[in-house]
Amino acid sequence: MREIDARLITDTVARLCIEANAALSPDMEKAVRTACCTEPWPLAKTTLSTLCDNLDTAKATGLPICQDTGMACVFCELGQEVHINGDFEAAVHAGVAKGYTEGFLRKSVVKDPIRRGNTGDNTPAVIQLRLVPGDKLKITVAPKGFGSENMSRLGMLRPSDGEQGVKDFVVETVRLAGPNPCPPVVVGVGVGGTFEKAALLAKQALLRPVGSHHADPYYAAMEDELLARINALGIGPQGFGGATTALGVQIETYPTHIAGLPVAVNISCHVTRHKEAVL
Amino acid sequence: MEYKLKTPLTAADAARLRAGDTVLLSGVIYTARDAAHKRLCECLDRGEEMPIDVKDAVIYYAGPTPARPGQAIGACGPTTSYRMDAYAPRLLELGLRGMIGKGRRGDEVVDAMKKTGSVYFAAIGGAGALMASRVRTAQLVCYEDLGSEAIRRLEVEDMPLTVVIDSQGNNLYKEGPGAYLETIKTECP
Repeated sequence: MREIDARLITDTVARLCIEANAALSPDMEKAVRTACCTEPWPLAKTTLSTLCDNLDTAKATGLPICQDTGMACVFCELGQEVHINGDFEAAVHAGVAKGYTEGFLRKSVVKDPIRRGNTGDNTPAVIQLRLVPGDKLKITVAPKGFGSENMSRLGMLRPSDGEQGVKDFVVETVRLAGPNPCPPVVVGVGVGGTFEKAALLAKQALLRPVGSHHADPYYAAMEDELLARINALGIGPQGFGGATTALGVQIETYPTHIAGLPVAVNISCHVTRHKEAVL
Repeated sequence: MEYKLKTPLTAADAARLRAGDTVLLSGVIYTARDAAHKRLCECLDRGEEMPIDVKDAVIYYAGPTPARPGQAIGACGPTTSYRMDAYAPRLLELGLRGMIGKGRRGDEVVDAMKKTGSVYFAAIGGAGALMASRVRTAQLVCYEDLGSEAIRRLEVEDMPLTVVIDSQGNNLYKEGPGAYLETIKTECP
């Protein structure tokens, strides 16, 4: 059995929090820059160009790309042959506190949803842990901003609503969001499972490289069709109008109950961030 | 149209701006978001004077990241404005001339803007690093316990903004997508 020290988990999470907020993954950066080249509508092109300038400024100054450095969503795949020396969840939370404090990131978490009160160190993280074969620990930190999180929706559709119902629900979610989630957006879609499984699938879909496709050609085609329908809404960058409303639509699926068709749509902005490490 | 404007923003400044215009704004503006707005309105409820004078002022809906040593401010892009809709009409009635944020506003805010002759600007959401480069100084005014949500006095230089809703109620979020879609129709009959 392999041993991993909890302190190594803390240091790794801290580093990932800082790195994820400082620079986009190459696929996201390419998507933003490509959109800037292909966008035909003048005001939209200027707006996308500003987003490219912002990425350059973040690199040059070391500032976070966006001031909403998010709530830390931490996805862990723990090899079942690993033993952790120390408290795993406490180590992850400590990593978030360290990363957000030492990295000059914004503390955006309140300790109670109704009574509020900032926790002061951006803890706690939202941790998802899966036990998998092997002797490694994979940690993905995905800081999630709430301008886009607030525009997300979940629907418990009827099986008879079928493919059309799912597609319409996704497009309607983006239409209702309009300018609020900082378009161009990335749209994570979870179809199937249960109420909570659909939401988790939608969030996990956002961890995929933007523009990547579902392994099943049926859903891959649906991703392309949804992207085209969403961009035909004309919302455009920042909602000022234009051809670039979304940079990608990514669907994840799971078997579901005979009576159900859950659909979750997790909207993410043009600063869709995640950073991984394997210990 | 493109304008260069300085704060305080007068009624005449606001009156000539139209949805879709771009503005480079310089001068003093104040940050305030959800929790600070709640406190400002509680202050008014108690009949007390607010810690900032909103007459002809511009409020920026923003909560920056902490400044690193040697920097005036951290990343400071706009937050989504509708969360301030419950409070904005009250401040507009007291003379607030401009609001900077992103995203749609409720009818109650647009009605108050038309009545008072004020403007709603969008800063580019998610462009936090770029916005920081336009901030010369940042000074804490009040509500330090709110951390990022405290009210700060910023001196900005050529802050790039777009007029989204003007004092007549014209709305770029309604007109912009429609104008773009019209061009698609004419290209593909």
